[in-house]
Amino acid sequence: MAVHHAPESWVRKYLLSTDHKIICFQYMFTGMALAIVGGFFSYVFRMQMAFPGMNVPGWGLVTPADYNMLVTNHGAIMIFWVAMPVLIAAFGNYLIPLMIGADDMVFPKINRLSYQIFLLSAVVLFVSFFVDGGGSAGAWTMYPPLMSKDEYSLTGTGSSVFLVAIALEFVAFLLGGINFVTTAMNARAPGMRYQDIPIVVWMIVIATVVFMASVGPLVAGAIMMLFDQQLGTAFFDPNRGGDPILWQHLFWFFGHPEVYVVLLPATGITAEIITVFSRKKLFAYMTVVNTAIATGILSFLVWAHHQFVAGIDPRMANIFTVTTLIISIPVAEMMFVYIATLYGGSITLATPMLWALGFIFTFLIGGVTGIFLGASGADIYLHDTYFVLAHFHYTFFPIAIIGAFAGITFWFPKMFGRHMNETLGKIHFWGTFFGFNAIFIPLFITGVLGDHRRIFDYSNFPELTTPMMDGMRQFATISLIVMLGFQLVFLYNFLTSLVWGRKAEKNPWLANTLEWTTDSPPPHGNWPELPTVYRGPYEYSVPDRKDDFWPQNVPS
Amino acid sequence: MAGHASHAEHTHHPNYVRIWAILLALLVVSVAGPMLGIKVVTLITAFGIAIVKAYLVVKNFMHIDVAPKLVTYMVLTMVLFMLLLFAGTAADVMESHGHHWSKPDWVAGTAGSSAPADAGHGSEEAH
Amino acid sequence: MPTGRLAVWWIIASEIVIFGGLLASYVMYRLAHDAFAEQAAHTNTWIGAFNTFVLLTSSLSAVLAHQAADAGDGPKAARLLQYTMGGGLIFITVKAFEWTSEIQHGFTIASNTFWSFYYTAAGIHAAHVIAGVVIMGFVANTARRNLELQRVELIGLYWHFVDIVWIFLFPLLYIAK
Repeated sequence: MAVHHAPESWVRKYLLSTDHKIICFQYMFTGMALAIVGGFFSYVFRMQMAFPGMNVPGWGLVTPADYNMLVTNHGAIMIFWVAMPVLIAAFGNYLIPLMIGADDMVFPKINRLSYQIFLLSAVVLFVSFFVDGGGSAGAWTMYPPLMSKDEYSLTGTGSSVFLVAIALEFVAFLLGGINFVTTAMNARAPGMRYQDIPIVVWMIVIATVVFMASVGPLVAGAIMMLFDQQLGTAFFDPNRGGDPILWQHLFWFFGHPEVYVVLLPATGITAEIITVFSRKKLFAYMTVVNTAIATGILSFLVWAHHQFVAGIDPRMANIFTVTTLIISIPVAEMMFVYIATLYGGSITLATPMLWALGFIFTFLIGGVTGIFLGASGADIYLHDTYFVLAHFHYTFFPIAIIGAFAGITFWFPKMFGRHMNETLGKIHFWGTFFGFNAIFIPLFITGVLGDHRRIFDYSNFPELTTPMMDGMRQFATISLIVMLGFQLVFLYNFLTSLVWGRKAEKNPWLANTLEWTTDSPPPHGNWPELPTVYRGPYEYSVPDRKDDFWPQNVPS
Repeated sequence: MAGHASHAEHTHHPNYVRIWAILLALLVVSVAGPMLGIKVVTLITAFGIAIVKAYLVVKNFMHIDVAPKLVTYMVLTMVLFMLLLFAGTAADVMESHGHHWSKPDWVAGTAGSSAPADAGHGSEEAH
Repeated sequence: MPTGRLAVWWIIASEIVIFGGLLASYVMYRLAHDAFAEQAAHTNTWIGAFNTFVLLTSSLSAVLAHQAADAGDGPKAARLLQYTMGGGLIFITVKAFEWTSEIQHGFTIASNTFWSFYYTAAGIHAAHVIAGVVIMGFVANTARRNLELQRVELIGLYWHFVDIVWIFLFPLLYIAK
């Protein structure tokens, strides 16, 4: 049923809205703004590493303390304030009610509150940059004693403010997650069985459950770390009976499931796009759902592979090697299903499809290189080298950046009622794709050759480096600058299309799922009359039908 | 918008005061237990009774038996994850200084004189 | 399942892992460091037991409030919720006196890792008690006018969970000496 309101002021309509679509935009724009900050930080520290001691344009001289702060906040921002808000909060908020045929989330006010807390967390993070001593410099992994003692991290209150920001972000996502799970479970359109739910909704819900089940120990740990910093407790101080390894376990017990929390929505977005642009049914729907659930469960059993060389019990290392190698199986299965979906399809290489294919390609490289790291023997050499860094950028970048661009270019017409420019979209894609590979393939190489992570100036270790490696580092940095330059194409495209883009009708991609049955953009309440569902979401190219798509809400 | 709860589901209300009385009796036992001074008895009365009390509250006050099975599975899974966290972490945190593991000779020989306790743990310099 | 109830169970599930992480850490340290037992001897078992009694009784009034709400009697449910709130406030007050006394005896949060856990765990728990009392106030206020009676059960569920956390904190902090 449509909800009718008296005309609202701008503040009520956009700032204080409880409409899930507006809340999506709030999360999305906040995440995009922070991506610019995170990207800028990566530019600054890569300039330092390629050209040590230079005066970096836009920053100045990069001191060792600066460097630590930059890499710490680049990592934390990209994961907690870009990947999570864009992939989960924004797309989850937008897609879940629309794709299941509901008029909004079941707890709209809690939804609004979750964004407000999230925004507060971002503000607190910014505050950390301006307190005495600057932002946190303990790495995004926050290991003690670097993180717990000011004299090691060379920061003051900034580390504690950072912890508060992280805690607030967790609370925001716990609250938001309640909405996602309960809405998907209880508010589906009549006729929508579990097997008719679009994959991206499944993925976001499973990711939310994994998040809610894993973040607890880190919340406890963060409070303990904060007390160590400020109240003189010794939870993680080995000199007084504490144990720094406990922190590592608490962190990674969450940290590993977290990467699957952000992975699953990106694979869901990919699934939606490849079915539409190959006009073909998803190859094995239940397999994809089951592998997602299996991945979610297995993700809790692998965490100590981040700690192979930290001095953990080697018997544990054996166990975690086995589980880590096993978890590659369901994820690979999912990728195989996607490739099988493409096979024999009638493929259109529109911009969203390019991003989806780019995701599969780059994520496969990321996943395969993870196998090397999951074997504890190999990890003894590779741990803390640039090989690890390249591996996780070949997973995180497809997830957070490629997945986000895929979703934005695909759903832009629905969200804003206008089309983005295809040509600019393709230019942006190819520039980003080649740029990304040109940054990180050299880093795989320098990593295998021994380049250590978190080194602020390689010229301090002339015996460990070669001119070729210096050259690779510079090549990577220049590629980064080029790739960042191409993002201006996207910004231009995005902003101008918002105002001057060609108007979009309801279903420009001729897709099946319910969001395409309403106006672009959907009105408040989404439909004048809520839809009923008659079939699954992937009935494309059904034989004996005139159209090659069959929307879910069309009676048989 | 999803509708509000209907109460037709559970009109079955056990005698809450009776449950409460049992809980209090168990509390008394758990306080009295340590007074016997036998460690095993203390452990059973303290933690065994805690588990029983928790079960009574979850079953009778929170009506988990009337709720869909999903809720029971959710709660049990969370508890299981906590046991998993304990199992994976205890080997390190409880065996600090690496006392229950020592480097095999062929490793210790090549690595020089470093003792197991130094392998990646804590700080060598007091601050 | 009614959405409100489902939501509260999900909240409880995520809280289980928060407290679980903290308590698992405590148990690991406790079992590894015999020195803890010596420090733990200084907690006052009687105060802990009294607080347990208070919380158990407040859970009783919470569930009786639910029963009243089920029967449609808003004012009675509100009154019973207010008894529950009272129990929560008694719990906090006793704790305040208890902690004051312990701090004056020199047992601060930083004096020993046992005490760090003691204050942290009980502190986070107490924060949840206070939050519960506040929310319960709002629910009781609305219920008194026979409105939104289903919320009585929901806040009750949360309250029982807070009670259960204390049921485990009590032996961990007060009895295992």
